[in-house]
Amino acid sequence: MPFQPIKFYQAGSFVAGNRLLDPEQRSVQSDADRSNTLTSGHRACQGCGEALGARYALDAAMRATKNRLIAANATGCLEVFFTPYPESSWQLPWMHSLFGNAPAVATGIAAALRVKGRHDIRVVGQAGDGGTVDIGLGCLSGMFERNDDVLFTCYDNEAYMNTGVQRSGATPPAARTATTEAVGPEPGNRFGQGKNVPMIAMAHEIPYVATATVADLRDIEYKVERAMSFHGARYLHILVTCPLGWGCDSADTIRVARLATQSGLFPVFEAEQGEITAVTKIRQRVPVEEYLRLQKRYAHLFGRSARPDIVARLQAQADRNIARFDLLENQPVGVS
Amino acid sequence: MDKPFAITLNVGSSLANKTGSWRTERAVYVHRLPPCAGACPAGENVQQWLYQAEGPDYEAAWRQIMEDNPFPAVMGRVCYHPCETACNRAELDQTVGINSVERFLGDEAIEQGWTVEASSASTGQRVLVVGAGPSGLSAAYQLTRTGHSVTIVDSGSAAGGMMRFGIPKYRLPRDVLDAEVQRILDMGVVLELNHKVTDLLATMQDGGFDAVFLAIGAHIGKRAYIPAGDSTHILDAVSMLRGMEGKQPPMLGRRVIVYGGGNTAMDAARTAKRLGATDAVVVYRRTRDRMPAHDFEVEEALDEGVTMKWLSTITQAEGGRLQLEKMELDATGFPQPTGEFEELEADSLVLALGQEADLSLLEGIPGIEIEDHVVTVGPNMMTGHAGIFAGGDMVPAERTVTVGIGHGRKAALHIDAWLRGAQYTPLPKHELATFDKLNPWYYSDAPPTVRPQLDAARRRSTFDEVIGGLDESNALFEARRCLSCGNCFACDNCYGVCPDNAVVKLEPGVAYGYAIDLDYCKGCGMCVAECPCGALEMVPETI
Repeated sequence: MPFQPIKFYQAGSFVAGNRLLDPEQRSVQSDADRSNTLTSGHRACQGCGEALGARYALDAAMRATKNRLIAANATGCLEVFFTPYPESSWQLPWMHSLFGNAPAVATGIAAALRVKGRHDIRVVGQAGDGGTVDIGLGCLSGMFERNDDVLFTCYDNEAYMNTGVQRSGATPPAARTATTEAVGPEPGNRFGQGKNVPMIAMAHEIPYVATATVADLRDIEYKVERAMSFHGARYLHILVTCPLGWGCDSADTIRVARLATQSGLFPVFEAEQGEITAVTKIRQRVPVEEYLRLQKRYAHLFGRSARPDIVARLQAQADRNIARFDLLENQPVGVS
Repeated sequence: MDKPFAITLNVGSSLANKTGSWRTERAVYVHRLPPCAGACPAGENVQQWLYQAEGPDYEAAWRQIMEDNPFPAVMGRVCYHPCETACNRAELDQTVGINSVERFLGDEAIEQGWTVEASSASTGQRVLVVGAGPSGLSAAYQLTRTGHSVTIVDSGSAAGGMMRFGIPKYRLPRDVLDAEVQRILDMGVVLELNHKVTDLLATMQDGGFDAVFLAIGAHIGKRAYIPAGDSTHILDAVSMLRGMEGKQPPMLGRRVIVYGGGNTAMDAARTAKRLGATDAVVVYRRTRDRMPAHDFEVEEALDEGVTMKWLSTITQAEGGRLQLEKMELDATGFPQPTGEFEELEADSLVLALGQEADLSLLEGIPGIEIEDHVVTVGPNMMTGHAGIFAGGDMVPAERTVTVGIGHGRKAALHIDAWLRGAQYTPLPKHELATFDKLNPWYYSDAPPTVRPQLDAARRRSTFDEVIGGLDESNALFEARRCLSCGNCFACDNCYGVCPDNAVVKLEPGVAYGYAIDLDYCKGCGMCVAECPCGALEMVPETI
């Protein structure tokens, strides 16, 4: 655990607030006066993990910067549902960009602020996994390599959801998307080489890289605050459930993201200057099947023509993550 | 139309877009019945007083208990805590030590001298309570709080009933009992001791009582026919335990045999051991798993050196020797004699075969029905004779202190309504907060470093009176292990996890201090799924 969790007190710091804790020990999200940088009335689907994750991260960044924050945001779900012209949910200064150039736009904003001597104002860049992993990777790598003073956040929902659930470089193996149908001997997305952007970011040896999920609010808030304590290029990769694209119940958004971490499929860690400094240990380990079964994009792995061999390959990936990132804390398997 | 190039509409906030219209279901805050409260024979709102204790606000917690039960310190010692048996936390690790927290609160109240006031508005009506046991005292307490004047009469020399004359001191120190009884008397309840009622209707008439609550208990030990010579000392367990309150403890000798398998048998055997018996043997005709005694009492008795003889009946007592016949269980689980005998030396034989009520004062009262040696009462605790209510061990029910206290409270509510010419209708019970209604992910694990220490404290609290009880930090920790099943505990999770900012915070840090903004709630159900305690549910929208 990268930050000190508060134990006891009934629900400790697992929940957003907890009346038994001092107000300063509660999360930003539990504050009745939180910024709500992204306000109500947006057109995200029911139970949208990205809408939630973006508010978690941006509200925390607003607190860390004392509300002096400018965002550059790439085309994607976030843009489409937060800003159906002429309405907007954004409650902070924000610049819309193309699909692939948000890191470069953010760099430009940071450069302009530096020229104007406004060192008090900080910059965040944001994109979905399409804009980060595929289309925007060149701009992002440039931003890292120049060590521009930007926190870049990727909201990873593992496909191009806004245009109709097409496969992206972040789509996991075996997942069905509109462009990787569940047909043939290798149904769904193929087992490729993968494209782990947090590791790519670490290879640039930038000051701070971290992963998080929408299931752990405290962890996101901690990591945003930690990232804002650095200058230079920083990268935050947040896994956000997409009930529409993943085919899960809208009420299960947080549960599914939680199971992604507890199965080991999505390792949660942070790194400074290219070295991993902390990992979030698995608290209640589950087999990957428990995560997969909640999602229709994996439905072809179960049922009449079940593919236990593919489930086993995914389990092997999870096991590799667990070993590679040292995710276990000597706990028994099987509690959910 | 003074707008920049290519701009045709004014910029607006998305707040204009009322996404609540998408909804087919809405989230609604609910109260569910926590299993602890559902199981409490005294009707205590357990989750609610633990919530207060978590604060910590011990006085508020204690006052919450006192709403339903005027004996927290006694309860914390002698109650068999069905609440803990029902506790959902058992599914996570180990049940919450509700009983030990109650004891802490009860002791704290005695130490701090907290009191409860009688109602300032007197109804002018008089109620007679016969029997100063847990049930009678509980009824008197509740009736006094509603403004009735209450007189308790009891044939004994001190108040407390079975709490004093049945439960041994090592389980309930008398200063604790005295303090809690005195607190009730201080509210203005009149207590007349050494007063045996023989003609109930005349007593009511003479005293000008408008209603009566009978709670005379069951004090007569059942006897079994055992052929016995003169030299064998045979007595019943109730008399023996009552004798402990006299000036001279009963003389039992070195080898004491207790006949029976209930809690009273355990009390008798453990008391005998404390009086200096070298051998205290419990003889029971069935097997341990069929004993009516609670398992922990058997365990404690065994720990103290009491020995057990299962599957045996006593067939004869002669000259300091008992003849025992071995039994075996038949297909229906009933013990059958085998014809095999053995002998046991005994200085005295204590019969713990159950108790009966002395119902002679009810003779000749029209309408009263007695069946199986207990008085028949309706759902409102009233006997067949209008205005005469009854509860505790003399009516058909499980015979425990807590059940008696529950009867007293329930009867008081009905007596009060009856005196006003009204009918008391209890509120319908909420749906039970079963474990599947919770999201247990959010509850803290009890770390192993704290656990053993607490286990030890809990064991002491039920075992050793002199040093028992939790200290403040342990009690607070224990209270905070409560899952708050089915009732909001202000964790802010619903407020935090809504992707549409549609949960509004009305009052920070207060349970149920939230509202759903139906203008924007899309009905995704995340607040319901991520509520740790099951205080929310989805209900379909009506079209």
